[in-house]
Amino acid sequence: MVVLSITAVKDGIDDMKRHKNDNQVNNRSVLVLMNGRAVVKFQSRHTGIQCSFSYRIVTDKWMNIQVGDIIKLENNQLVTADILLLSSSEPYSLTYIETAELDGETNLKVKQAISVTSDMEDNLKLLSAFDGEVRCESPNNRLDRFTGTLTYKGKNYILNHDRLIFRGCVIRNTDWCYGLVVFTGKWRKLQCSPVPSVTVVIDDNNHGPDTKVMQNGGKSAFKRTHIDHLMNVLVLWIFLFLCGMCFILAIGHYIWENKKGYYFRDFLPWKEYVSSSVVSSVLIFWSYFIILNTMVPISLYVSVEIIRLGNSFYINWDRKMFYELKNTPAQARTTTLNEELGQVKYVFSDKTGTLTRNIMTFSKCSINGKFYGIWDSDEQNLKLATGHSGELECKEGKKGLPGSAQLVSYGMDLFQKTEKVDFSYNRLADPKFSFYDKTLVEAVKRGDRWVHLFFVSLSLCHTVIPEEKVEGELVYQAQSPDEGALVTAARNFGFVFRSRTSETIMVVEMGETRIYKLLAILDFNNVRKRMSVIVRTPENRVMLFCKGADTILCQLLHPSCRSLRDVTMEHLDDFASDGLRTLMVAYRELDNAFFQDWSRKHSEAFLSLEDRENKISIVYEEIEKDLMLLGATAIEDKLQDGVPETIITLSQAKIKIWVLTGDKQETAVNIAYACNIFDDEMDGMFIVEGEDNETVWQELRSAREKMKPQSLLESDPIDDYLTTKPRIPFKIPEEVPSGNYGLVINGYSLAHALEGNLELELLQTACMCKGVICCRMTPLQKAQVVELVKRYKKVVTLAIGDGANDVSMIKGIKQALWLRSFWGFFAAAHIGVGISGQEGMQAMLNSDFAFSQFCYLQRLLLVHGRWSYNRMCKFLSYFFYKNFAFTLVHFWYAFYSGFSAQTVYDTWFITFYNLVYTSLPVLGLSLFDQDVNETWSLRFPELYEPGQHNLYFNKKEFVKCLVHGIYSSLVLFFIPMGTIHNSVRTDGKEISDYQSFSTIVQTSLLCVVTMQIALETTYWTMISHIFTWGSLGFYFCILFFLYSDGLCLMFPNVFQLLGVARNTLDWPQVWLSVVLSMVLCMLPVIGYHFLKPLFWPVRVDKVIDRIHHCMSHPLPPRIRTRLKHAGSRRSAYAFSHKQGFGALITSGKTLKAKFPKKNSFPFKK
Amino acid sequence: IDYTGTDPSSPCNKCLSPNETPCVCTINFTLEQSFEGNVFMYYGLSNFYQNHRRYVKSRDDSQLNGDPSALLNPSKECEPYRRNEDKPIAPCGAIANSMFNDTLELFLVGNESDPTPIILKKKGIAWWTDKNVKFRNPPGGDIPLEERFKGTTKPVNWVKPVYMLDSDQDNNGFINEDFIVWMRTAALPTFRKLYRLIERTNDLHPTLPAGRYYLNITYNYPVHSFDGRKRMILSTISWMGGKNPFLGIAYIAIGSISFLLGVVLLVINHKYRNSSNTADITI
Repeated sequence: MVVLSITAVKDGIDDMKRHKNDNQVNNRSVLVLMNGRAVVKFQSRHTGIQCSFSYRIVTDKWMNIQVGDIIKLENNQLVTADILLLSSSEPYSLTYIETAELDGETNLKVKQAISVTSDMEDNLKLLSAFDGEVRCESPNNRLDRFTGTLTYKGKNYILNHDRLIFRGCVIRNTDWCYGLVVFTGKWRKLQCSPVPSVTVVIDDNNHGPDTKVMQNGGKSAFKRTHIDHLMNVLVLWIFLFLCGMCFILAIGHYIWENKKGYYFRDFLPWKEYVSSSVVSSVLIFWSYFIILNTMVPISLYVSVEIIRLGNSFYINWDRKMFYELKNTPAQARTTTLNEELGQVKYVFSDKTGTLTRNIMTFSKCSINGKFYGIWDSDEQNLKLATGHSGELECKEGKKGLPGSAQLVSYGMDLFQKTEKVDFSYNRLADPKFSFYDKTLVEAVKRGDRWVHLFFVSLSLCHTVIPEEKVEGELVYQAQSPDEGALVTAARNFGFVFRSRTSETIMVVEMGETRIYKLLAILDFNNVRKRMSVIVRTPENRVMLFCKGADTILCQLLHPSCRSLRDVTMEHLDDFASDGLRTLMVAYRELDNAFFQDWSRKHSEAFLSLEDRENKISIVYEEIEKDLMLLGATAIEDKLQDGVPETIITLSQAKIKIWVLTGDKQETAVNIAYACNIFDDEMDGMFIVEGEDNETVWQELRSAREKMKPQSLLESDPIDDYLTTKPRIPFKIPEEVPSGNYGLVINGYSLAHALEGNLELELLQTACMCKGVICCRMTPLQKAQVVELVKRYKKVVTLAIGDGANDVSMIKGIKQALWLRSFWGFFAAAHIGVGISGQEGMQAMLNSDFAFSQFCYLQRLLLVHGRWSYNRMCKFLSYFFYKNFAFTLVHFWYAFYSGFSAQTVYDTWFITFYNLVYTSLPVLGLSLFDQDVNETWSLRFPELYEPGQHNLYFNKKEFVKCLVHGIYSSLVLFFIPMGTIHNSVRTDGKEISDYQSFSTIVQTSLLCVVTMQIALETTYWTMISHIFTWGSLGFYFCILFFLYSDGLCLMFPNVFQLLGVARNTLDWPQVWLSVVLSMVLCMLPVIGYHFLKPLFWPVRVDKVIDRIHHCMSHPLPPRIRTRLKHAGSRRSAYAFSHKQGFGALITSGKTLKAKFPKKNSFPFKK
Repeated sequence: IDYTGTDPSSPCNKCLSPNETPCVCTINFTLEQSFEGNVFMYYGLSNFYQNHRRYVKSRDDSQLNGDPSALLNPSKECEPYRRNEDKPIAPCGAIANSMFNDTLELFLVGNESDPTPIILKKKGIAWWTDKNVKFRNPPGGDIPLEERFKGTTKPVNWVKPVYMLDSDQDNNGFINEDFIVWMRTAALPTFRKLYRLIERTNDLHPTLPAGRYYLNITYNYPVHSFDGRKRMILSTISWMGGKNPFLGIAYIAIGSISFLLGVVLLVINHKYRNSSNTADITI
């Protein structure tokens, strides 16, 4: 009962916390248009239409929203249902949304309402009179596809995905918009794992329910740790073992009763209901069942819960996982998964916001052949020194070593040399921007023509939309963070992009406002890899500014700037080697006449009906040539603090890291290099980008062949498996490839690879690689990949991410993930880690652990996870051991007491043994023990390995415990027995009575068990001393108390062992026998501990050995290896981010269509 | 000295048949060495399961503690020796019922023809705590013991009621030391219990000089039916207690094993430590 109630209370508290979070989301308010009801039909029967009487907007809670409601959404509001856009504040009913929580992309996307509804604008009367009927497909998981029709006033309108705003989006840059709720999906349910998930069944065929049917999606599964499973299995084993023992004893009893008990009836008659020895032995079976049931550790479960709780408090309290800047400590949101943290083998990580900060910073540039910005190595040191607290913290483990102090002071010197550039001359500067090279500012101030031109081009050539809510506080809404970074940089150097209209761009150049006339935008696309703007300067010159990938731009340069190009290329190489994203900037001054001519061609091309794209690009190419090189920029996609270090450490701990991202392939690979998932020593990298099953299969095969030629030659276990017995998951054997390889796979290929037979192929290949990058993934695929690994590899997986798109990956419970119109059930990783970072709180709310910096992961795993795991394992083995040693004594005694179910110990001891005498030391052990401290466990990640293979507690270890327990119980029974057999006290009085015997056995047992725990304890604190020795002392106190005169006289029938303690324990032979039992029980253990590292050395033993060595001889200061990115790589992918918006512009909308939209911006101010 | 009498040549063999009551037999034995100091006389029983669960339970400590209500209404644990002919049994239970009731007398056969009886002390054979705290007669001050036990009956197997165990008031009733010793159940089926003390009289003479003795047994206690054995043991006591070589042997054995193991481990350590050190890990 106690056990259950404690567990219940703990789980209850967990649930409460989650509910609180849920309510927060559910009770978000939303503006609902009252009485405005349209009918949404899922291709089904018609329902009545409500008439509208009053037109008012009321605030309601999200949870009350129903399908068919018309709601009003305002800027920066989170959309929590799929809505059909009706109208918005922007012209043409454009609505800007951010889909970061869906696919991780932070750029803006545009949705447009259909014209018929957009006319309604915010006319409430019209809106509430809206009585259209929507027919649409049933919810599915395709984010980019939606078909439906709207019937309104007798006409049909086609709906496509441009009309729909998905749940999880955030409205941006749009004051308001009205929408019709199409799917609700009961988001709120998804927030909360214990509440059953909900599905909506849309019945297409037989005219089922017209709205939605809620169904319980089944009880959500608990996340259970491997150890939980193992524990349950072991308890079952113990139970069977117990039954076996009872059976043996019952048979023994039968024999005994036949042989002896029958004749002994003179003195001890059978009970009246016992007719024969068979009956008696059946009774004895159950008696022994009761007596030996202490072997089945019931209190184990409570103790395990307590330990987990304790260990999660350690995580919560860890100051080194506290992120000061955001004031967020690490949070263990579930308390049941701690030891699993010590066994992680695969880490699935999101990229944006998890590895990177999702902040692009302009870090270096090269203008007219001159290099600005600080060298990488300096910067590294600088970062170390200038209070990047997070990073310092992450390096804490290493910081304890001597030597780093010097480094810090060196950094400080450097810091003083190169202080942050002071932008105070510029009123509009963004205070968050920092740049470390003064020379550039000086150049700007000096009025260097090239520098000026460079920044002018940066401030003009982009598609950023500014927002100036408060005077002087500019906020840029960029489609790609790269662009934002460039414009911000220009702004800080005094070229402030202030606002834009459809035809002008207003730039404040060094305090002087200049208005450029925008003539054309030659937008970016993936083939061109560049974009240009053509402007007319206030001086009436027509200029073309172009920026783009260096490889492309180089070929378009004017021959006259060849020498400059070479210098710049050199710089670009440098930038690339630092892992920066590079862009080239160039300009061209155009002839007025030439431009007019071109402009005509351009509009012709635009209006042409066939092959327009091609024609346009030809026109573009015409003008984008003979460019004059201005310079190059380098943008840093800032990694979170300490990410590369963390990843190196984790991979040393043999944890495989897979990056699952929605990003472009190039970006993902770039980041992978930057954070050391890939490195240049790798023997090869495979890119799988096939578009159909066959090619994907081919690619995977060839990759595997290259990694390990023989693996294909051998009879393939998978093929066998597929041919023989499908459907039963089996464990794919670990294969060691001949070298380090990386695998890159993109979303399309993955979709094929995850189908059917290929998934095993994929897994086999992927698991042989050092790093795996999956890009362009949908959230569902993320979960599928995690699930795949989990299912076939039987290892612990950990998913880490920060956005809602990672939720599916993080969440292990079976849940329906709502994404647009998608319901699916899947279980994902064993452990979810949420980063409370950029992309909102979704991931955090669904995670098991949450913290704010990626680098805390290494601490979570290597320190806390390892400790938790080790503690749990020690606890379990000790707990089983102590119960075996305790209980099995009864078994041996049975042979001497006529199998009569006589206990060895007195009843009070049995009651107290688990509850009082031994509970505290073992709890102390499992809460405070550390085999090595945190510094060493971070320093030697190899220590983590045993957990992955579950070396410290498995069935083998359990059998060891069992054997050890049996041995101990043998010693504990036979030594006291030999001692008291036929022996008497010093005064001739007897000692061999039952009560004395039980006292001796009890005392020896406790001494042995305490000594055992003392041996196990490697980290002695005051508390463990108190717990361990205190418990032993406490035992004696209790013993004397229970056997004291007063108590026994008061209840003579309850406390029968009057004076036994006094009479027994003053006899030297008792103590000699106790010591003997102790020695005998300890000897094999000590011997085993001593011999094991010598004969069967595990890597860990060596490491520990070395640690001991190191502790006695202080280490020489460690030479910090600088994280240098290889120079051989180019990373000109900056533009790859931009496709989203560029696509919109080029996909059918004329330039004209784009301009009116911009007209609205002046109004917004 | 085994006096069960299973061996037909044994003098006590005749007592095995139930007809002969009371049966007295005599066993001769010779002490090779004289016993110095106090000598303790034990009776030993084997194959006697005093540790059987039902046996151990079958007593009422309240009654033995002198509780008047428990005296007349013994605990249910005592079944089936709880009541006899509607009267509560005092002391109740199987343990008390099966109390050892042979009488042993020891005689020294001197050079002369008439043997000298050895004085056997009855008191001081039970634990102090048992005698003075745990076991008490029913209250009643000066009232004779018989009155205090009024309303109770003797255990089935007993010849005399509990208040007639001894003539000495301090050793009668529940505080009869023979009774107390018996009530302290043995842990193992083979056990010995202190029967009498033979105190040394003076320092000059050994307590029991070497020589021929004979043991006079009033044979009441049947053990033959369950294949039990009865023995009489004479023993002296050292500072360590009774003569039990187990611990000594065990210690010597363990000690030598440990030493051997130590040497072996030392050798192994020397051999392997080097190799494990050379295989250094490079991190």
